[in-house]
Amino acid sequence: MNKNHRVPSSRSLNAVEVKSKFGAEFRRFSLDRSKPGRFDEFYGLLQHVHRIPNVELLVGYADVHGDLLPINNDDNYHKAISTANPLLRLFLQRKEEADHGTFGTDSLTRKKNTVLSAVLLRPDHNKKKPPVIISLPKDFRPVSSIIDVDILPETHRRVRLYKHGQEKPLGFYIRDGSSVRVTPQGLEKVPGIFISRLVPGGLAESTGLLAVNDEVLEVNGIEVGGKSLDQVTDMMIANSHNLIITVKPANQRNNIVRSGVGGGGGAASGSSGRSSDSSASYYGYSSHSAAASIPPHIIQNFPVGELESDEDEEDLVIEAGGEAEPIRHMASNHSMSSLPRYEPHLNLRTATTSTFSINTNGTLPTSGSSSSLSNIKATTPSPDRAMERGSLEEDGTVITL
Amino acid sequence: MKRFRRHGQESQRDRLKQELFAFNKTVEHGFPHQPSALGYSPSLKLLAIGTRSGAIKLYGSPGVEFMGLHDENAAVTQVHFMPHQVELVTLLDDNSLHMWTLRGHNGLSELLEIGRFTLTGPPGVTRVTAVLAHSSGELLLLGTEGGHVFVVEVPGFRELEERNISLDQVSSSIPDDYIGRRNLEHVEALQENPVDPDQVIIGYGRGLMVIWDLEKKLAIQHIPATQQLESVCWTEDGKYILSSHSDGSYCRWMVGGQDMNEEEKSDIPYGHFPCKAISKIVQLPTEEGPPFLLFSGGMPRASYGDRHCITVIHGKTHVALDFTSRIIDFFVIRDGPQRTGDPSALVVLVEEELVVIDLQTEGWPIIQTPYLVPLHSSAITCSHHVSTIPLKLWERILAAGKHQNAHYSKKPWPITGGQNLAPDPPQRDLLLTGHEDGTVRFWDASGVCLYPMYKLSTAGVFHTDADPNDNMNQGTEGEWPPFRKVGCFDPYSDDPRLGIQKIHLCKYSGYLTVAGTAGQILMLELNDEAAEQTVEAKVVDLLQGQEGFRWKGHTQLDIQEDPVMFPAGFQPFAVVQCQPPAVVTALTLHSEWKLIAFGTSHGFGLYDYQQKNSVLIKCTLNPSDQLAMEGPLSRVKSIKKSLRQSFRRIRRSRVSLRKQHVNTATKLQEANARLEAELAEMELAPVQRKIEARSSDDSFTGLVRTLYFADTFLSDSSHNTPSLWAGTNGGCVFAYMLRLPSVEHRADEPVTAQLSKEIQLMHRAPVVGIVVLDGHGAPLPEPLEVAHDLARAPDMQGSHHLLVVSEEQFKVFTLPKVSAKMKLKLTAVDGSRVRRVGMAWFGSSRTEDYGESGLLVLTNQGDVHVVSLPHVKMQVQYPCIRREDVSGIASCVFTKHGQGFYLISPSEFERFSLSTRCVVEPRCLVEAPLHSGCSNQHQSQPDGASSTHRYINLEFAVGQFEPGCYMMLVVTTAMLNESKYIDFNADPVEGIINIRWTSH
Repeated sequence: MNKNHRVPSSRSLNAVEVKSKFGAEFRRFSLDRSKPGRFDEFYGLLQHVHRIPNVELLVGYADVHGDLLPINNDDNYHKAISTANPLLRLFLQRKEEADHGTFGTDSLTRKKNTVLSAVLLRPDHNKKKPPVIISLPKDFRPVSSIIDVDILPETHRRVRLYKHGQEKPLGFYIRDGSSVRVTPQGLEKVPGIFISRLVPGGLAESTGLLAVNDEVLEVNGIEVGGKSLDQVTDMMIANSHNLIITVKPANQRNNIVRSGVGGGGGAASGSSGRSSDSSASYYGYSSHSAAASIPPHIIQNFPVGELESDEDEEDLVIEAGGEAEPIRHMASNHSMSSLPRYEPHLNLRTATTSTFSINTNGTLPTSGSSSSLSNIKATTPSPDRAMERGSLEEDGTVITL
Repeated sequence: MKRFRRHGQESQRDRLKQELFAFNKTVEHGFPHQPSALGYSPSLKLLAIGTRSGAIKLYGSPGVEFMGLHDENAAVTQVHFMPHQVELVTLLDDNSLHMWTLRGHNGLSELLEIGRFTLTGPPGVTRVTAVLAHSSGELLLLGTEGGHVFVVEVPGFRELEERNISLDQVSSSIPDDYIGRRNLEHVEALQENPVDPDQVIIGYGRGLMVIWDLEKKLAIQHIPATQQLESVCWTEDGKYILSSHSDGSYCRWMVGGQDMNEEEKSDIPYGHFPCKAISKIVQLPTEEGPPFLLFSGGMPRASYGDRHCITVIHGKTHVALDFTSRIIDFFVIRDGPQRTGDPSALVVLVEEELVVIDLQTEGWPIIQTPYLVPLHSSAITCSHHVSTIPLKLWERILAAGKHQNAHYSKKPWPITGGQNLAPDPPQRDLLLTGHEDGTVRFWDASGVCLYPMYKLSTAGVFHTDADPNDNMNQGTEGEWPPFRKVGCFDPYSDDPRLGIQKIHLCKYSGYLTVAGTAGQILMLELNDEAAEQTVEAKVVDLLQGQEGFRWKGHTQLDIQEDPVMFPAGFQPFAVVQCQPPAVVTALTLHSEWKLIAFGTSHGFGLYDYQQKNSVLIKCTLNPSDQLAMEGPLSRVKSIKKSLRQSFRRIRRSRVSLRKQHVNTATKLQEANARLEAELAEMELAPVQRKIEARSSDDSFTGLVRTLYFADTFLSDSSHNTPSLWAGTNGGCVFAYMLRLPSVEHRADEPVTAQLSKEIQLMHRAPVVGIVVLDGHGAPLPEPLEVAHDLARAPDMQGSHHLLVVSEEQFKVFTLPKVSAKMKLKLTAVDGSRVRRVGMAWFGSSRTEDYGESGLLVLTNQGDVHVVSLPHVKMQVQYPCIRREDVSGIASCVFTKHGQGFYLISPSEFERFSLSTRCVVEPRCLVEAPLHSGCSNQHQSQPDGASSTHRYINLEFAVGQFEPGCYMMLVVTTAMLNESKYIDFNADPVEGIINIRWTSH
């Protein structure tokens, strides 16, 4: 099926074949799989074998799925070595000429269906998918996540947008509208708030998790029913540093499938320990045709600790003549007692099932994260979709597209 | 167990909340918006005003007022008191009639609607155009559009069909030669013969008048006027009838005369050229001398057709009173126990004010109204409330106001019905309103009547475009018609830059500072004598050398360089002018330190008014903020101007509300169609809102929203120092440490300010309030409050806290090291934003000695909240103002005792209270008049709903019994335990009063 899926030879148990391409030239050499060394040594080796000692290089490799992924630090270098099977195909580019857009899924094997598309995308294999492009790891940052999947109805989606420290605008508009609700008296038309527009290049649009005509049900856990458009606008702006919107997507075909048939029981138990940032949202799928043509950022998890510090924004105090310092938070918040408390959903410290995290300098965290990554990778492409789902359900949430 | 205990504490707190807080809208101050009808009961001495929105308001002696609202929400077109009773009838635009009564309850009177009625039949026929409340008190005569007169028995609204006066009955006896006999048109007027209650005159629109005998059911006399009829008036002696017509003429006809078809006298008072209609005419006799003739309208159409005039003619005196807005109606109050003596006062309701003219004093001066004062004689631009004014200052302001009221009549207020039973207000409260024309008005806001005390004008300090010789009151000698300008409503400001934006009064020192639209800040002090002085101006450059800005708004005001004569009262002694001359957005005064702080959209400054020197200037303008240089909504202003002009045009073209109802109906349909079209359009392109986090690059982030002086711990926890705090629109708080020289060197050593702290709130919402709380969690007292022994000295031992109120949340920080301690999020949880905040003290209704401080908050949703201090917890929340009412929300002002005011229309303040202890509301009693007229067959109206009746007879000697005597009844009421509904029937011949009371 895929050229990379050769049966590893006995030789490859401790040696990695490297085929490196720079311009029109190829170099072949081998590395010891058990002792790959550091990235900078490897980088020097590449410059040496290609005889381009002073050229700044961008190093990429083809992974098992045929995706072109970058090598620019120890972690992804080790990953590349460890997954070489046994051939490691390298592609070098001059940094100044580099085409960043080349990294990403399907970048090398456009004509084939990748593992990912088989597992996560809708089963319409015949439909030509635009390539999902992955930017350089140094640009990676948290953008959004789907949360509370286990406690929400399947028709709803709770999306968290991370605005902190970013110049990128939230970039969406809301409007008044009416939605149809099922009540004991029958169908009833009630006023509602809807997303009316996504700004191209904005945070909301780039996540792909929000779309025009999605109905906004909650803002940071507070229901918007009965509130005016201006009130909801103000609520969203007041929460803009850590905005959590629960929507009822206009397109209900991309809903998250809850774990197992007993999912209802799981929801009833209300164990928010499972309420995790969805690993499935890692892949910036394009459910909406309008969004499909624009390269989205990777949607990913974010280290939990950083979220927590961001949840309560810090005011800045500048003492005359002194240094600026953020205000330490001393006591707990007093929120309005008459209103529902939101804490169960916000308390993400308990959410530990993060699966694939890349922090800002592009290194992969150790242990748990990488193991769950291999969890995905271990899922070999198979026509048996039910089995795939079974293996993924261990993470609690899956997106079907 | 722990939870259980906490629960107990909660319920205890809930009980305490009930003792501290209660929300009530108590009274409306000012002049009703869009009045549409006027009524007066000479026997009750009560005035009634109906409005376009369906409200009915009754006023008697100061403090006596009632308000009712028709459910229909249609305009009140006529109000008629039932003669000698406490009932009144209103006619609405939707052709419904309503019966109201003043019913006693717990010793107080209440205005209640007790019945409603609509004539059945085709609307073209049964639309009521004229109402006569018959002096018997039992009949209502309803003239209709179809020309029929229906007779209805009240209060039950029973139609007496056999007594109706149909058009056929009337027209059959019309003389054949009368031109208009084929179509008499609607009934325009119905009047009762003052000497014979069986005779009424029916005036038809076409001009014909018929005197009808109600008993004999036949026409006695036909008066064949040929001009379109406007009004009819029967003279006191019943011998003559006056009719006024649409061509500006009036006629006098003899009743029962031999020559029936000739008018005895006919005149077009402002004649020769075509005149407008005389809409109402009244003639009243005097005991000696010529009668008074009063009529409204009749002006020459071409030259004075746009004037709103009432002409008063008495002997050789002839005055055309020229009002500034449309005349709704007028009546005359007469002397004597039977209200049949000489005319004493003319009461005129015009669209924007009530004017009362003393007809017995030479020159017919105006009597100052104790209520219904038009707050909006120039549009209100801001307001400021000061509680508990010291008596000394109060008296000085009153004295200054007396100088200004010299031109008013000395006669007491003539409308004196009812008794005000409200207790005297516990304190003297002052409400200051700033106006568009640069005036500040001082109102006595202690009680139910918002009484004008004093008016300060700041325009004299500046050169303005206004022509000083433009004195409208001076009519030229020999002018015809002999106009005299009356009334104070003048909404057209000569120079909008004069508009007052911020006011701060120190009640202990009498220092006042006001700030205006063109960046001007005036310091004033109270002087009991008039004085001539030059005002020193100081220009302050708030841009502080920031380059690349060019102010595109208005220019600054020019100061009068010559000495100006200032009358007794508040006199300016220093002026600061901000550069650029943007509107002043924040202002505060510290009279102990003799400093004022002011801010605009560009920065803020600190000014020492003792040394007349600026201490500090800080530019807060964001270098990329170009919008802040646009000027104060210059484009909006011009829109406002053009709107104003078009409104003026509309007002002119509007002739008579009643006559145009057919026309208005079609207009209404048009308007509705347009609205529907607009709505449909909205469906296509819905309103959308952008969701974006606030950024430092937003416009107007540098606008200064609040300024605050505090003596607190800014640098270390052992030494408190004076400090100045400023909060901006961009969520930034600046704190300056102030160094004041010692008292003996205060005049010569400079005051210095040094930046100590700068706090940037992460959510960047506008900072609308800053308060420092002392060691007990109570807000710091006002300057000089402690010095006057009026407040407990603040606790300087415990640690102070800083409360920063932004539009989105309340946050408490520790001092001197600023760290967040507590917060209450508002916008993030319910989407409302803080619009107004105020500190208030709430006393418990149960125990005299318990009370606590709270933060009053008004949100953009129109809700009022009380937030506890220092724990910032939400206590209570009440809906107060409709959230669509943006100007109402913007106008809200809180008092220090948990009350508040907001504008419900340009001319009316609604007063509300959140405190259980501090409530100002009308409490008054109106008694039924002792009817002693000739009709001793008059029966008191049975109370349909009453359960038990008991009768007692009190006998008096005939001589003792004085008609119209109230004392007797008050005594009896007291005997009857005050809580009963009382009916009575007096028979002066027998000297017996029947008193019946009903136990409910």
